[in-house]
Amino acid sequence: MSLLEIKDLHASVEGHEILKGVNLTINPGEVHSIMGPNGSGKSTLAQVLARRETYEVTSGEILYQGKNLLEMKPEEAACEGIFMAFQYPVEIPGISNAYFLRSAINAVRKYRGEDEMDAMDFLPVFRESLKLLDMDEKLMNRSVNEGFSGGEKKRNEILQMAMLQPKFAILDETDSGLDIDALRIVANGVNALRSPQRSMLVITHYQRLLNYIVPDFIHVLVDGQIARSGGPELAQELEETGYGWAESETQQALPA
Amino acid sequence: MSSQVDTTIRGLTEQDYKWGFITTIDEDRAPKGLNEEIIRLISARKGEPEFMLEWRLRALRHWFTLEREKGEPKWANVTYNPIDYQDITYYSAPKQKPVIESLDSIDPEILRTYEKLGIPLDEQKRLAGVAVDAVFDSVSVATTFKAKLAEMGVIFCSFSEAVKNHPDLVKKYLGTVVPYTDNFFAALNAAVFTDGSFVYVPKGVRCPLELSTYFRINAAETGQFERTLIVADEGSYVSYLEGCTAPIRDQNQLHAAVVELVALDNAQIKYSTVQNWYPGDKEGRGGIYNFVTKRGKCAGVNSKISWTQVETGSAITWKYPGCILQGDNSVGEFYSVALTNNRQQADTGTKMIHIGKNTRSTIVSKGISAGYGQNTYRGLVKIMKGATGARNFTQCDSLLIGDRCGAHTFPYIDVRNSSARMEHEASTSRIGENQLFYLRQRGLTTEDAVSMIVNGFCKTVFRELPMEFAVEAQKLLGVSLEGSVG
Repeated sequence: MSLLEIKDLHASVEGHEILKGVNLTINPGEVHSIMGPNGSGKSTLAQVLARRETYEVTSGEILYQGKNLLEMKPEEAACEGIFMAFQYPVEIPGISNAYFLRSAINAVRKYRGEDEMDAMDFLPVFRESLKLLDMDEKLMNRSVNEGFSGGEKKRNEILQMAMLQPKFAILDETDSGLDIDALRIVANGVNALRSPQRSMLVITHYQRLLNYIVPDFIHVLVDGQIARSGGPELAQELEETGYGWAESETQQALPA
Repeated sequence: MSSQVDTTIRGLTEQDYKWGFITTIDEDRAPKGLNEEIIRLISARKGEPEFMLEWRLRALRHWFTLEREKGEPKWANVTYNPIDYQDITYYSAPKQKPVIESLDSIDPEILRTYEKLGIPLDEQKRLAGVAVDAVFDSVSVATTFKAKLAEMGVIFCSFSEAVKNHPDLVKKYLGTVVPYTDNFFAALNAAVFTDGSFVYVPKGVRCPLELSTYFRINAAETGQFERTLIVADEGSYVSYLEGCTAPIRDQNQLHAAVVELVALDNAQIKYSTVQNWYPGDKEGRGGIYNFVTKRGKCAGVNSKISWTQVETGSAITWKYPGCILQGDNSVGEFYSVALTNNRQQADTGTKMIHIGKNTRSTIVSKGISAGYGQNTYRGLVKIMKGATGARNFTQCDSLLIGDRCGAHTFPYIDVRNSSARMEHEASTSRIGENQLFYLRQRGLTTEDAVSMIVNGFCKTVFRELPMEFAVEAQKLLGVSLEGSVG
C-alpha cells in the first residue's frame, strides 16, 4: 500500500486557488522532491499536508496510510507520523529546546497509548541526535529558536525530526538561507534518517540541495499542477534550462 | 488569526470556574450597612483594646469624608457598576467552638471545603514545610506550626490574635506603611477589617518555613477585608505566600485588603501571591472586585522587599504592590503575571519610591489578555531628590490571545535626582497562528500549545515564586486559560 496518495487536490489561500489538481503517490521509503518556480504552490502543498487550517482544501482527496488525511487536525497528523521541517521555524520564548522536544515526543507517545519518555531515556537519544547535526548541547537549554542563526534554526528542525522519527517528513525549503557548510550538515542529517520505513517530500526551489539529498523522484510544480515528473536527472536538466519552459508552457495553455 | 483559531480560543476561554461551591455552615453575621455602630460591634466581637477601636473610628470618619468629597478613585482603567457600601455585610464569622487545639475540633464542612480547594490542612503539610494560617471568611480557623515557629521567636498568627497578644508590636507598626488616609479603599479596610495575618520575625532570624495563608470568601454578599502586617526585624528573612480561591456567587463581592510590610536594617521580605478569586461568568456577571492596597517599606539600610504576584482571578483587579525604598542601598522588586480572560479587567502594577541613596528597583510585568479581557499595567517609579545613585529597571510585556481583548500600559516616571539610571523596556505580542501551528505540527493540542507559550512568556516571573508554588501557578494559568488558546 502506498503511504500517501494525493488525488486531484485543489486548495486555496484567502480565496485564491493555489493548487489546481495535484496528483501524487508516495510509497514507503521513497524520497520525492517537489521543485518549481516561486508561487507555483510548493509551500501550499506542504502546508496542506501538515493540515494547516488557514489553507483550505476545496476538492480532492489525500489518503495517508489509507486514512483520510483531510479529516485530521495538525496534531493528529503529527501524531500519525507526519513531520514538517519549517521554512521559517518560529520562536517560543521562555521554553527550552529540550523541554519542548520532550513535550512533543510525549504528546506523540500519549496519542499512541505509549508510556511517557522520562529524562533518563531521553538524554542518550538526544545526545546522539545532537551529534548527528553537529549541534552544541548548550543550545538545548536555550529557548526554542530564540536568537538562533538561520542555520541553527534549520539544524534544529532536522534535530526534531531525528527525535520524533516520523513516517513521512516534509522538508519545506530547508535549504533556503543556508551556506554551503550548513547545507552539508543538514543534508547529512537528513540522509542519515533515510530508511525503508520513512518517506520524504523535499521541497526546494534550487537544484543545489538535491546534490546532497538525492531523491528517487522529482516533480515539477507549475501553477498548481505537476507539469513534469522524472528521476534525479531531472534536477540537472532544470538547473540548465531553468523553469522558463514550464512558465511559457502554462502561458500558452491559458485561453487567449 | 483565522476564524478556526478564534473558535478554539473561545472554546478554551469559556470553561467554567472549577472552584465554585458554597459551604453550608452557621454564621454569625452583622446587619448590612456601614456606621460607627457596626465598627463598635466588630471591635467588640473581636475583643479589641481601645486603641484599635479608636483607630478604626478615625478611619471610618476619614472614609466618610472621602466618600462625600470624591468617592472612589476614578483614574483606573476599569468600569463597573456603583457599589452600595450600605448594602454590604461587614462582619460574618463561622460559628464554632472558640478554641482550636487540633483539626478535630474544626467544622468538618470547612475541612471539606479546604479539601476541595486542595489546601493541605493535615500533618502532611509539615513534611511539605508549609505553615498554613487559613482564613475562612473573616475569622482565622486554624493556625499550624506555631509552636515550631515560636521556638525561633517568629510570631505567625491571625491579626486578631496579634492585637490581643502582641498589642505593642501592632500599635508600633499598624498603618505606618499604608495609613488609613492613603486611599479610599485603605480607609474602608482600616475601619472594617475583620482579620488577616500577622508576622514578626525577630532580629537575625531566618524564618525556616514558607509562611502561607489561604483566603477564601464564603458568605454570600460579604465583603472580605483582611489586613496583613509583616515585620522583619534587623537581619531577618521571611518568605510569605498568599493564595486564594473563591466560590461562585451571583452578586459582586468587594474585596478590599491591605498588606503592610516593614523591613528593618539588612532584613528581607519575599511576598508571593497567587490570586484566583471567582472571575465572574463569561458575560461578566458576578465575580470579585479586588481593590487591594499592598505596600512595603524598606525602612532599614540594605533591606529588600520582593513582591511576586500571579493574578488570574477576580472580575476587577485594582492593585499596585509597591516599595518605599527609604534605607540606603535598599532593594525593591516586583514580578507580576496578570491574566484577564472573558470579561475580566485588571489595572495593576507597582510603585517604587526611591528615597535612600543607591536604592535599586526591578519591575517585571507580564500581562496576558484573552477573550474580552482588559489588562492594564500602571506603574510609578519615583526618584526623590536625596536618592543619589538610584537605579530602576522596568520590563513590561503584554501578550494578546485572540482579537477581542486589550492591553494597556501606563508607566509613570518621576526623577528628581540627575544621577538616577532608568531603563524601561516594553513589548506587546500576540499568540500567532504560526506559533500555534508550529507546536501543533509537533503533536501538541491547541490547549497545550497555548499553555506552553504562555508559560514561556511568564517564565521570568515564575522563577521568582517559591518552588512548590511555581508548579501550582503554572497549572492555575493553564486552568484559567482553558478554552482560550492560552
